[in-house]
Amino acid sequence: MKFVVAILLTALLSFAVALFFPWWSIAIAAFIVAAFIPQTSFKAFVSGFLALFLLWGIQSTIIDANNHHILATKVAGLLPLGGSYIALIMATAIIGGLVAGMAALTGSFIHTHKQRL
Amino acid sequence: MRIVPFIISAIVTVALVMVLNMQLPVGESKTPRLGAFLSPQHGCWQNAEPYNVNLNANLKFDGLKGNVEVFFDERMVPHVYAEQENDAYFVQGFLHAKFRLWQMEFQTHAAAGRLSEVLGEKSGGKNFLMIDKFFRRTGMTYGAEKSLAALEANPQTKAEVDAYTAGVNSYILKLDDNQMPLEYKVLDYKPEPWTNLKSALFMKYMAWELAGKGDDDFEMTNAKNVFSSLDIEQLYPVFEDSLDPIIPKGTAFSKPGVLPKAPLKADSIYYNLHDSIDPVLNIKPDEHNGSNNWAVSGSKTATGSPILCNDPHLGLNMPSLWFEMQINTPESNCYGATFPGAPFVIIGFNDSIAWGVTNAGRDVKDYYEIKFKDNSMKEYWYNGAWVPSEFRKEVIKVKGKPDVVENIAITVFGPVIYDHQFANKLNDEKYYALRWLAHDGSNETSTFYKLNRASNFNDYLNAISTFETPGQNFVFASKSGDIAIRQQGKFPAKWHRQGDFVMPGTDSSFQWQGYIPNEEAPMILNPARGFVSSANQIPVDTTYPYYLGGSYPLYRGIIINRKLASMNNITAEDMQHLQTDNYNVFAEMARPVLLKYIGETNLDGDAKTYLDQLKNWNLHNDINEEGATVFDTWWNELEAVVWGDEFSQTKLPLKWPNESSLLESILKDGAYKFADDIRTPAKEDLHDMVLLSFTSATKALNKLKTEGRLPWAKYKETGVRHLLSIPAFSRLHLPIGGGDHIINATRKDHGPGWRMIVSLTEKIEAYAVYPGGQSGNPGSRYYDNFIDTWVAGKYYSLLFMQKEEARRSSKMLWKMTFAKA
Repeated sequence: MKFVVAILLTALLSFAVALFFPWWSIAIAAFIVAAFIPQTSFKAFVSGFLALFLLWGIQSTIIDANNHHILATKVAGLLPLGGSYIALIMATAIIGGLVAGMAALTGSFIHTHKQRL
Repeated sequence: MRIVPFIISAIVTVALVMVLNMQLPVGESKTPRLGAFLSPQHGCWQNAEPYNVNLNANLKFDGLKGNVEVFFDERMVPHVYAEQENDAYFVQGFLHAKFRLWQMEFQTHAAAGRLSEVLGEKSGGKNFLMIDKFFRRTGMTYGAEKSLAALEANPQTKAEVDAYTAGVNSYILKLDDNQMPLEYKVLDYKPEPWTNLKSALFMKYMAWELAGKGDDDFEMTNAKNVFSSLDIEQLYPVFEDSLDPIIPKGTAFSKPGVLPKAPLKADSIYYNLHDSIDPVLNIKPDEHNGSNNWAVSGSKTATGSPILCNDPHLGLNMPSLWFEMQINTPESNCYGATFPGAPFVIIGFNDSIAWGVTNAGRDVKDYYEIKFKDNSMKEYWYNGAWVPSEFRKEVIKVKGKPDVVENIAITVFGPVIYDHQFANKLNDEKYYALRWLAHDGSNETSTFYKLNRASNFNDYLNAISTFETPGQNFVFASKSGDIAIRQQGKFPAKWHRQGDFVMPGTDSSFQWQGYIPNEEAPMILNPARGFVSSANQIPVDTTYPYYLGGSYPLYRGIIINRKLASMNNITAEDMQHLQTDNYNVFAEMARPVLLKYIGETNLDGDAKTYLDQLKNWNLHNDINEEGATVFDTWWNELEAVVWGDEFSQTKLPLKWPNESSLLESILKDGAYKFADDIRTPAKEDLHDMVLLSFTSATKALNKLKTEGRLPWAKYKETGVRHLLSIPAFSRLHLPIGGGDHIINATRKDHGPGWRMIVSLTEKIEAYAVYPGGQSGNPGSRYYDNFIDTWVAGKYYSLLFMQKEEARRSSKMLWKMTFAKA
């Protein structure tokens, strides 16, 4: 349960702070959620990773579908992604996930005792 | 708290964020800031415009005086209806910024020598710092400042340009970082406020593109080391026998108001002086910059009303140089191609008239060698005395590096473009000043202001009479039935070959002695033949009393005039076929020469096949024609073997002569001097050269054949390239015919960037197309949606409506209103 709540809270908070702050505010969002919801370090990393993997993945997928892949195909040609819009969405989701996962992992070390759920 | 894991994890996280938040070097280029660039709420995804975009909006701005309604048609062309004159240009500025902000700023940065500020010193194999130095030293900003002063001295143009600038800035001011055009995110910088100077810089950039023809003074000077003056006349002739000038041969010209005289010492210190110059960097506009325009009178059309056509040929880029729009004000109702970066319609039509331009291409850019007292450049020798120089300090900001300061000496001739800091590679103690007409302040903007409002021939004449640089052939047609063409511009009155070579700058004797009076500009109005035309050829025959200078293409003019003379009952559709015609008149004249001199007996299989292909070719450079590829390859090889030996006598830069120079010489006389290979004891003639070139052409053609590139379009490889040369943002490998010397002048990366046809019937019927799209955003479906139409030689029918009609029209998809805040 905590795991799912952490994912949802991280995604929600990341979305909200990104409205007002630069992209890296997602790291702070993931850190705060991990600091307030004690989980094992591994679970904290995974929940942070999944939160942003899903948030950025779903956001970019929706934008891409509304755009009929025009932009993503071009940008995936500019970056070394072989012109594949799916590759660009995956790259987006993974980068978001990695940053949030690492921030959540850092947050999890605030707690002294290993939490088990 | 688990301190050690926390610290390690925190360091890794912060490092990850920092790496993703900076531009990473890849070779000489840099990546975007990947975290910011991929964030769906900040980065490139924000530029993914919804496929079914909605442009409807109600906007309010302080700068407006009244209401403006803008209707966008299904091609996203805005139709602006303004209650107040100035408001129209405010909205034009706003719309240019909304759709094309990045290119407007980028092009004016390029003109101002500010590319290293955004691209860094070097990137993608280009040295932007050197390019910036070149444009600073060319005096682009120096000239733009003077033109701005002239523009602002005229209250009318100042008010309109002020409104335009305010409109651009009203868009930039409310622009969120997330909504920045994609290129800003790729390169990681932000737009700065627009200024009137930037509009002046944009016009100066066009002047550089167009008024740089004949800018071969250094190459021509070097040529004197290798060639006699007789050779030079033959390799670089001023007039060709086949010339069909803009003003028909035999037209009488009035007595010249200015009589330029060559200085007495010209023979010894100019014509016959030997000098060697190899400038460190000399960027030139594309030598193919040119255009077609023509107008036919009602006597030759199906409707009985004139038809006017224009297609300017410049570099093919995305976002396009052009942006299509209609601007309706209480004083004018105008439609056509606009320049993002400047107000008004540049090529177009209104309720009463239509106009178009082609480049005059006359030489208004000359170099003088300056003698300085020492390399501080503080004093130079002029008319027998040491004269103090002025200095202009140009500070070049370089991304990630300290500023670079250029102290440019200004002489009576102009800025010193090459000095010991920016050197002649052979002798850095030499100094060259640039005298360029675009350095003089002139108000070209007022011409377009007036043309947008012109209603008859006199208005047209009045509008263009103050136009100075870059000189243009303004074609004109009116509903009332007049057609005209005039080569308008400010041109120095030159003596023979003045300014073709670098001139001595130690006194006033080689300076320009005056300007050709404006009333002596070549012009024709309603000629008996029923049409006027221009295609960058020499405007006049040899009876015009001034030396023209420059370098002029010969063949498009010949074929346009031949076709127009033979056409009658012309419709707009006929004109579409004419503008996209792929007939190669140069090949028509050159093929018999090749066939005459080739000995067929010794040709083997491949060679025989190619020769037959050439013989059977229909002379059209259509996409699948292999004969066109054979011809082009062969002709290039012929030039290489004929001239290659003479030109390899020096390592200095020389000017490769025009195709017409070789063909016209051979047509005149089979004993062409340069046919002999001077490196061999034997005396070669044209038979030898034609056979030799065909042998090497056969090799080249075999290679093309294995690559599957014999069909003309595959050989030519036309593409419309993004301004940053990003392939993914470009449209490459386009199946389009045409080429050099052809009315459809589409080359590899250059060609008709705006095609327009206007039939001046009671209700104007107009067609146009350009290779690009209205949106400059690569993430929009409107970025490149015109390209396939353009490639296919098709046109869009233009919607030219009054406000009430536009309000009711089902073809208008969106509406934007602008009101006073």
